Amino acid sequence: MAILDDLQLSRREVMATGAAIGVATVPAAADAASGQPSIMKVSFTVNGQRQTLELDTRTTLLDALREHLKLTGSKKGCDHGQCGACTVIVDGRRINSCLSLAVMHEGDEVTTIEGLGSPEKLHPLQAAFVRHDGYQCGYCTPGQICSAKAVLDEIKAGVPSHVTADLTAKIQFSEDELRERMSGNICRCGAYSNIVAAVAEVAEGKA
Amino acid sequence: MRAFSYERAKSPREAAAAVAADPTARFIAGGTNLLDLMKLEIETPARLVDVNGLKLDEIAPTKDGGLRIGALVRNTDMAADKRVRKDYGVLSRALLAGASGQLRNKATTAGNLLQRTRCPYFYDTNMPCNKRTPGAGCSAIGGFTRTLAVLGASEACIATHPSDMAVALRLLDAKVETVTPDGTERSIPIADFHRLPGDTPQVETALARGELITAVTLPKPIGGTHAYRKVRDRASYAFALVSVASVIHKDGSGRIALGGVAHKPWRVEAAESALPRGARAISEGLLAGARTTSQNAFKLTLAERAIGAALAQARA
Ligand SMILES: Cc1cc2nc3c(=O)[nH]c(=O)nc-3n(C[C@H](O)[C@H](O)[C@H](O)COP(=O)(O)OP(=O)(O)OC[C@H]3O[C@@H](n4cnc5c(N)ncnc54)[C@H](O)[C@@H]3O)c2cc1C
Ligand code: SF4
Ligand code: FES
Ligand code: FES
Repeated sequence: MAILDDLQLSRREVMATGAAIGVATVPAAADAASGQPSIMKVSFTVNGQRQTLELDTRTTLLDALREHLKLTGSKKGCDHGQCGACTVIVDGRRINSCLSLAVMHEGDEVTTIEGLGSPEKLHPLQAAFVRHDGYQCGYCTPGQICSAKAVLDEIKAGVPSHVTADLTAKIQFSEDELRERMSGNICRCGAYSNIVAAVAEVAEGKA
Repeated sequence: MRAFSYERAKSPREAAAAVAADPTARFIAGGTNLLDLMKLEIETPARLVDVNGLKLDEIAPTKDGGLRIGALVRNTDMAADKRVRKDYGVLSRALLAGASGQLRNKATTAGNLLQRTRCPYFYDTNMPCNKRTPGAGCSAIGGFTRTLAVLGASEACIATHPSDMAVALRLLDAKVETVTPDGTERSIPIADFHRLPGDTPQVETALARGELITAVTLPKPIGGTHAYRKVRDRASYAFALVSVASVIHKDGSGRIALGGVAHKPWRVEAAESALPRGARAISEGLLAGARTTSQNAFKLTLAERAIGAALAQARA
């Protein structure tokens, strides 16, 4: 643990120093054409807490969460929208936080895995993942759980999917619906069958 | 990623004028294609103009019984719209066959139309590509071509357009509405919107620099059985090898458009009169002039069979 604390401390220091230099030396309207970084202020709510950050415009929402706010639950798998490890919920909708700029989230409400539940008070989906062993290494898990939470809301809201047989009928939960809707979350450990069992248990109200 | 300045557009016209006046500026909507390409430095804008606040996110009926879908409507919302589901099922189906739930929540109408090719060499900045660097040469020709075009390609480029949504829009004879930098409005038939590569594969659409898409309009519903069949390497979350958008009427007449085979959605209206005679009959006209490699010739067989499956589905 001591090693980990040291590591975190030094990384935090590096980040803080880096940001300070950025703010001090770059004028507000940075000349991006000359390749100079451009720094902007942005405020949004993360897990109910208002946050204001000064960021290089290039910072993705994922990097803002992980590197600046130290919310390392959301993971970076591919950084290109291909794996879903970075899935967070913004204004009630799941998105890939790696393909979204932090400065484009002014005023938004962001929920990450840390905001869904805590070790003392797990979200029903978190508890079901534990019960069903819905993971092996756990790297994709925060993204899987954020995605699953939004999937259940999407089904309730009547959003159809590729496997919905009748586009005009009421949308019903099924394991086929779940598998299709969760296809944007890759698990390289292949824990899929247990993930389906965990989410289905919550969806069907047995959790 | 290269550094860039970021600003929020205040009106469609100002946004268009800003991007037209600055060759380093680009619009950003959902960001799911542009940021991906910026990370790889395939796209290197020095200025981003965010169009998300322009209130172009409504779906409304048109005077002549169609629908006007705002440029900033998210793919999820277009697919879930009750009117789209009821009257333009092929469009809902095409959207839902594309990308993932997370991506569709961000992806917009305009961004989807303007997404760039998935040619593997376009993505590999170590390889020459005429789209990235006009005149550099095409690495795909003579290379790995399994996913690439079999129709309408050129000596300069054999890339395909990856959008599923655009194939359904082509089938439905949609129009793309824009505002130009001087404030005038245009309505571009979808058939003329995407271009074939010719010897300028870097020019992908009929848009002028800075021209902003404001909406897509659909003509009044045409009835029939709507379907979108997408054949891909995995069951979900993969681009099409071949896709078929279809509307088939009771008498066997209808429309067919293909995705995954060309630099634009592929439709040959003149071939559609053969549709009542079956998949083989329409494929003769629809796939005429195809040029294949040993790696992608399978797309012709696949297209004909996918059309056959769509016809069987409509009869069932
Ligand atoms: C892993 C992955 C899988 C995918 N799978 C599929 C798939 O199976 N099928 C499919 O169809 N798509 C797929 N996509 C692509 C996805 O559909 C596109 O990324 C998305 O539609 C782009 O929309 P956007 O709003 O995010 O565009 P942006 O990235 O914001 O913009 C794209 C382009 O459009 C321009 N632009 C945006 N709005 C306007 C406007 N109003 N006027 C003029 N120009 C504008 C931008 O300048 C930019 O050049 C996939 C993407 C990923 C990352
Ligand atoms: S096919 Fe087109 S996109 Fe692909 S390498 Fe050739 S020029 Fe580039
Ligand atoms: S890290 Fe965002 S999708 Fe993979
Ligand atoms: S549990 Fe290891 S990647 Fe999913």
